[in-house]
Amino acid sequence: MSHTATHEDHSAEVKKEVTKVTIILSVLTVIELALGFYMMGIEAAGTRLLIKGTIVILMLAKAFYIVAYFMHLKHEVKNLIMTVCVPLCIFFWFITAFLIDGNSFRNLRNTYDPHFKEQSTIKVEKKEVEHKEAKEEKVEKKEGLQLDAPRTAD
Amino acid sequence: MSTTTTATTTKLWGGGKSPFDVEYGKLMMWYFLMSDALTFGAFLISYGTIRFSTNGWPDPNKVFKSYPFAAEGVNAPLVFVSIMTFILIVSSVTMVLAVQAGKEMKKKAVAINLILTIIGGIAFLSCQAWEWNHLHSEGAWWGMNPFLNADGSASSTNFTNYFFTITGFHGFHVLSGVVINIVMLIMTLTDQFEKRGHYLMIEKAGLYWHFVDLVWVFVFTCFYLI
Repeated sequence: MSHTATHEDHSAEVKKEVTKVTIILSVLTVIELALGFYMMGIEAAGTRLLIKGTIVILMLAKAFYIVAYFMHLKHEVKNLIMTVCVPLCIFFWFITAFLIDGNSFRNLRNTYDPHFKEQSTIKVEKKEVEHKEAKEEKVEKKEGLQLDAPRTAD
Repeated sequence: MSTTTTATTTKLWGGGKSPFDVEYGKLMMWYFLMSDALTFGAFLISYGTIRFSTNGWPDPNKVFKSYPFAAEGVNAPLVFVSIMTFILIVSSVTMVLAVQAGKEMKKKAVAINLILTIIGGIAFLSCQAWEWNHLHSEGAWWGMNPFLNADGSASSTNFTNYFFTITGFHGFHVLSGVVINIVMLIMTLTDQFEKRGHYLMIEKAGLYWHFVDLVWVFVFTCFYLI
């Protein structure tokens, strides 16, 4: 009897935790989306970077809740937590090194490659225009064929 | 002779209780997910590196702005992708409930929650199929990028290449997850887990499914939000 009672208590506890984490994940997603909408009207690079940073922090918080509660890692033995989390610390180096490298490559090209710099400052018309022109040419060709047809009959 | 045997036995783990206190399959699933995290991480970091090394980049709000059955020139950025995100979160919740029901040996609850999870997975895949089809009809594909950079300059095909490769790789994971869940459902309905006396297999499928949701959190942020 007592065994089933504790079993049900545990079940209710888990359901409570799942509900809590679901609400947290939904709220974090809504905040992310709200920041995304808010960012659309902002031009200033500094403010945009700040908002993007906030979104990344919220993303990491969501990842923590999914791994810790949905994937149950928080309730596992510490050995397992360490085995999974410690190797993934390589991402600290991985992200930092590669993003710095990408940024440095852009700076180098902007300084020493005038063609690269020029290409990225030229404003171009929408590419669909090319598409339309191609279509118009096709139409003209068709009309031309139709005009040609009676002439050959003559 | 005797000294060598004692030397080897003291070096090896003597068996008995697992230091991780989980069964073999679950531990291996964790190791697999770690390696998969590194694969996705490499993809996303490569995307970030290329984006950092380029002066201009298309504005996601101008690329992903439509939804199914919308009018031609509709401008609704973030709407469709937020629906996709919530579908995946909800399917993750039903998966947690299926795992919990399995621990309590409730066959019916496991089956119902697995069916809900499968429906969620298929709904997500359908959304992605629609989005890919829509982008393709606009002229976007691997090697083709009809969208200009946010500042109006000419864009390269890096944007579409990374988008289709990474969302495609994630979509393939979702598809595998749906197939795994369907197998779990069949095994549940044919009483295989009841015969074994435990539903540990559902927990492993659950870990994989949550990982797919986890990756989407990162993909969604990297491609649609920032």
